[in-house]
Amino acid sequence: MALAEKVTSPQLYLQAQTRWRPVEIAFWLATLLPYVLFPNYLSLASQIAVTALFALSLDLILGYAGIVSLGHAAFFGVGAYTAGLLSKYGWGEPLTGLAMAALAAGIVGYATSFVICRFRHLALIMLTLGFGLLLTELANSAGWLTGGLDGLQGIHTWKLLGYFRFDLYGYAAYSYALAVLFALFLFARRIIHSPFGLSLRGIRENLIRMPAIGAPSRAHIRTIYTIAAAIAGIAGAVLAQTTETVSLDSLGFERSAEVVVMLVLGGTGRLYGGLVGAIIYMVARDQFSGVVPQYWYFWIGILLVAVVVFLPNGVLGGLAKIASRWSRP
Amino acid sequence: MSAPALSTRGLAKKFGSLVVASDIEIELPQGVRYALIGPNGAGKTTLINLITGMLRPDAGRILLDDADITMLPPDQRVRRGLVRTYQINSLFPHLTALESVTLAVCERTRAARIWWRQLPAYQHEIDEAYDILSALALAAVCHRLTRELAYGQQRLIEIALALATQPKVLLLDEPAAGVPREESKELFAAIAGLSGDITVLFIEHDMELVFRFATRVIVMVGGRVLVEGTPHEIASNPQVRAVYLGKATGKAMQEPRHG
Repeated sequence: MALAEKVTSPQLYLQAQTRWRPVEIAFWLATLLPYVLFPNYLSLASQIAVTALFALSLDLILGYAGIVSLGHAAFFGVGAYTAGLLSKYGWGEPLTGLAMAALAAGIVGYATSFVICRFRHLALIMLTLGFGLLLTELANSAGWLTGGLDGLQGIHTWKLLGYFRFDLYGYAAYSYALAVLFALFLFARRIIHSPFGLSLRGIRENLIRMPAIGAPSRAHIRTIYTIAAAIAGIAGAVLAQTTETVSLDSLGFERSAEVVVMLVLGGTGRLYGGLVGAIIYMVARDQFSGVVPQYWYFWIGILLVAVVVFLPNGVLGGLAKIASRWSRP
Repeated sequence: MSAPALSTRGLAKKFGSLVVASDIEIELPQGVRYALIGPNGAGKTTLINLITGMLRPDAGRILLDDADITMLPPDQRVRRGLVRTYQINSLFPHLTALESVTLAVCERTRAARIWWRQLPAYQHEIDEAYDILSALALAAVCHRLTRELAYGQQRLIEIALALATQPKVLLLDEPAAGVPREESKELFAAIAGLSGDITVLFIEHDMELVFRFATRVIVMVGGRVLVEGTPHEIASNPQVRAVYLGKATGKAMQEPRHG
């Protein structure tokens, strides 16, 4: 609100909203901390970065366009298997692997978007859920290709840029996952601050009204669904390349549900919600499962109930509320 | 004489056995201000829904500038200049006033397809949205979230969104619904001040406003057009008087005598 008084031109006002805030810069600087503070946890950190990227891709459709999906892991899995298979059959170059994974997941996303864009709410949840289950069983039955329940073995990822080797310590893995996350975060940030991003928010706010202002909502939904699928595919590919294995649960229901939980924990429609949610969820799981492995879901259940009841807009929504109270005189 | 801006031929719609529109023939010449009146349940909003494509008619045709648009989806009708507003606010609660109207402008200029450039780069679109809001006296609140605005201001945003699409034919479904009388006059003054090129059809129950702002009036009863004419003809039409005096709304028809 303070900004409104300082600037007069509406254009400058909107520009001010797209500017990087100090807290964002602090967040990204903090992602470098694991190198110094937790060098033994770099492989966990790289998995968090992958999951954060996956959650970011879900936020683009759920948080911005209001498309609730319980089958988003399908794209993650398609990306993971694409990169894994490429590598297994002789092409282990990581960056082209990412590109191919994005392409494959994007194609599957684009194909399904024609159905997705016609439905909302419960029907959409069932559709995405069914689609995810279908793909999981397909991967399961195609054991000759995917390795079935045993997972895809024999992946060998080449050195990154021909120089950095993916080793057990996870330096390269975390750096790689973090770099990919950051690059795609910049991409997502650009999307949501574009005119198209404004349309997505319009779809989330009032889908019924969109045709009455001449908006082709279905075309918009198809575009963002395809983009989100491609990003999810890249996340899957990074996991496949850094762990050098792909299992069926990379596209399973559990992963789809987990990522929704993370996003809700962090806060939807804020770009950072998925990132923060992934950090909280993965760190909590790592800590809790160390203490009482069999009861891990008990704690995540409590966490989820508490957040939904007390912080309906997620952790970030709660923080934003506190911050706005604080800044108002 | 040029072709009417909007016309319907034999438009009909049933919900089960309930006839909500039957053989509706209207012709709206360019630039004319039409009021659409009739008792509750006469099918006024249904007619707007049919014309704008929110409902599909069972029979009949809709022509915009002589082009048949009966089968076009709603968003494409809007692109051709056939635009509506809603009786109950149907807005974007968590967008600011400026963002909402900029969104509508961007959809018109097709900037809304662009995801690789930042919104502030679209100065032309933003300025246009700001000008529309200024013309409706909303510039001061343009950075407030829509849901935080006063009810009357939200009604104006309905109109601002419609204007952002650059309509040729504007269908206003009770633009002043729920607005106090004094404010509704201001609102209608804004509508009256619209470009003379725009054809306007508005649903309104307040006869004083109807007789002040409409150049012609269409009366609907039971899904049919009962009669069409100048406000004066309508006021003295015995059929219309019977419809209104026969119902609880009889008082409404007496308003114009004072006005």
